[in-house]
Amino acid sequence: MGSRSHDSPVRDVRWVGRAAVVNVEGDIDLSRSAAFQVSLLRVVDEGPERIVISLTDVPYMDSSGVASLVKLLSRTRRQGIPLGLTGLCDRVRSIFEITRLDGVFDIYPTEEEALA
Amino acid sequence: MNATVTRHPVRLAIFSTPDHLCVVRAAAETLCRKMGFDDAGITKVVLSVDEALTNVIRHAYGGAEDQPIEVELSAGLEEGDVALRVRVRDFGRYAGACEVQPREPSALRPGGLGVYIMHECMDRVEYRQAEGGGTLLTMTKRLSAPRGGS
Repeated sequence: MGSRSHDSPVRDVRWVGRAAVVNVEGDIDLSRSAAFQVSLLRVVDEGPERIVISLTDVPYMDSSGVASLVKLLSRTRRQGIPLGLTGLCDRVRSIFEITRLDGVFDIYPTEEEALA
Repeated sequence: MNATVTRHPVRLAIFSTPDHLCVVRAAAETLCRKMGFDDAGITKVVLSVDEALTNVIRHAYGGAEDQPIEVELSAGLEEGDVALRVRVRDFGRYAGACEVQPREPSALRPGGLGVYIMHECMDRVEYRQAEGGGTLLTMTKRLSAPRGGS
């Protein structure tokens, strides 16, 4: 079942040096996208030098989830913080391709490459 | 294709809560799989159904979670090809023509992508004012789609 809006898809934030690796889990649709956005912007407030969003455990995302990531990208660009996405399954990658945002985000095959 | 799929449409009556999105997605995915859609086609149909319902919740009902939405999924023929037809009926504010025109995605302008995604993923997308108020959205996706690769 979908989770209510207070249930953020962000499972945890792991720090690798001064880079924040944000581990996300579960479907991201309208039931969770608002909480997703709040959690993502909170990471920016912690002052990371780089942010990597790991979507390995996200089987599905709709445009409301993508919009949350676009808002994060807008914020990180303003603050000069590199942002990378990794671990996209085919279904999640599809929505980035359909909306042509796959060329806007830096998408990496592995977390190691996103952190390099 | 399973012959029974063509005879009996799947009808779901849900409330306008985001909690029900995953239920309808699961039904759409199951029917698509029974019809023989490949993974890419299933992804497009499931995403389009989700975006249609999300638009209803946000725009027709302004975020109210207790309003009715009717969803019908049916297999049939579209210009001679096997196709899935999705109908989404709401009873809220009618989405006028200017609101349901797809707009090109913009790199840093989130939101408003739903209609664009539906047009990109489905073969036909039609909005019309429903009798008695509200909006009836009809979308079709052919099993061997002329575009979109599935």
